[in-house]
Amino acid sequence: MTINLLLQNIANGLSLGSLYALIAIGYTMVYGILRLINFAHGEIFMLAPYFLYFGILIFHLPWWASTIVAIGLTAFTGMLSERIAYKPLRDAPRISALISAIGVSFFLQNLAVVVFSGIPKSVHRPIFFTKIYQFGEIRIQSTLFASIGVSIIFLSLLLYIIYQTKTGLAMRAISRDIETSRLMGVGVNRAISITFAIGSALAAVGGILWSLRFPQIFPTMGMIPGLKAFIAAVVGGIGSIPGAMLGGLILGMSEILFVTFLPALSGYRDAFVFFILIIILLVKPDGILGIKVQEKV
Amino acid sequence: MLKVENLNVFYGGIHALKGVTFQVPKCKITTLIGANGAGKSTTLRAICSLVKSQVGRITFQDKNITNIPTDDIVKMGVAMVPEGRKIFPNLSVKENLDLGAFTREDKAEIARDLKWIYELFPRLKERLWQKGGTLSGGEQQMLAVARGLMSRPKLLMLDEPSLGLAPLLVKDIIEVIQKICQEGITILLVEQNAFAALKISDYAYVLETGCLVLTGSGEDLLNDAKVKKAYLGE
Repeated sequence: MTINLLLQNIANGLSLGSLYALIAIGYTMVYGILRLINFAHGEIFMLAPYFLYFGILIFHLPWWASTIVAIGLTAFTGMLSERIAYKPLRDAPRISALISAIGVSFFLQNLAVVVFSGIPKSVHRPIFFTKIYQFGEIRIQSTLFASIGVSIIFLSLLLYIIYQTKTGLAMRAISRDIETSRLMGVGVNRAISITFAIGSALAAVGGILWSLRFPQIFPTMGMIPGLKAFIAAVVGGIGSIPGAMLGGLILGMSEILFVTFLPALSGYRDAFVFFILIIILLVKPDGILGIKVQEKV
Repeated sequence: MLKVENLNVFYGGIHALKGVTFQVPKCKITTLIGANGAGKSTTLRAICSLVKSQVGRITFQDKNITNIPTDDIVKMGVAMVPEGRKIFPNLSVKENLDLGAFTREDKAEIARDLKWIYELFPRLKERLWQKGGTLSGGEQQMLAVARGLMSRPKLLMLDEPSLGLAPLLVKDIIEVIQKICQEGITILLVEQNAFAALKISDYAYVLETGCLVLTGSGEDLLNDAKVKKAYLGE
């Protein structure tokens, strides 16, 4: 193993990890507020590159415009799914909403098969993103910089919203105590919609960056990244936003390094990720940055 | 200012309030007293729509507010300091206060009210950047009242503000409630500490298992034989 190869792989790990982080945010935000694991999040992630694809193909939008439209549409779909499938179940036992989420996941996946067809499509990549930079012996694709850079921008924006704005304050309050938040005059439904919109928009950014990295898109493409991002959220401490970011980076990095150091086992990379999940659940079930939330008596 | 007519609340099969009717006049302190489970908290929760009342009518400043969303009621000028303080332990004292002012946009006025709050509760100013969860019980109660005031309410409802506080702190909080009332804010107080509450009340109602059984001025009830026996322990 040369130092160059190691550096190259660290860069790879960072970029994959930042994608996981973007998706994991959606899981953690929704869990923080509703105590719901939104299993449909991976499908929301899958929709974004499709919206991008059709924006370019059918409406002949330039790539950047189609990207913006795709992010907007995905955010809207996420919001809509909450209104239709989760809001009516808000006072129901938690398990009902969880089952509903699994339903939404299957529904979106199969809807995509029907509407977009199951045949993989290749998404257009602007030339800028196919460039390869050479640093000595290290070759780095420009998508790698893009995913790290774009993630940093969006994650900083998110932290700003959560910790510096009134909407963010309302979200943090709701995540602790919905009823008292109502007494403060917080419009809880609106805040929950915004939460879904933000989470879905970040998943859309993740999905589009993913399609630059792996240009084949297909209706079930959201499953594995969705699951891994969920694991990242659990590893970091579900409910904690910095935790989701950290968990994403740890997961992406360990996955790449696993393949690097044990190339013979590279077929087990997904299994390795689940192995990490099991270890974390055994050793630190609240995750790295998770806070133990006592059940209310 | 606030009128409650024939309010009935059911929790599943339990009939918690059985046709409660009372009024809260402007700029006065009105108190509901009663034993555990009499329906005092339920009354307050029904007024701000945290529990939906099946039957009855609640009007605030001649507007019907029965079962309208809680945030709309808060915007109309009703604030509640919930039982058990319910401050946000994960937010700083300042953020708790900011949440109290959530429905307001007038930054200059909010800053002025904050100043008033700091005068009323100097301890909060010292602890502004501490997390709410690290405050003592008394400080948390002060914060809960201050947070309620930050919405600049016309009507402030307090649910058991003296619960779990040392006698000296109870005196403090009672004094603060009087001060708030002098500022022109109408008070609806729910208390188990009947003696302290009745002493400062202009009007008082006694609730027993979901029904109002006695009405009068605070002083009348303090001298009432039945109240003395049941709630004042004489």
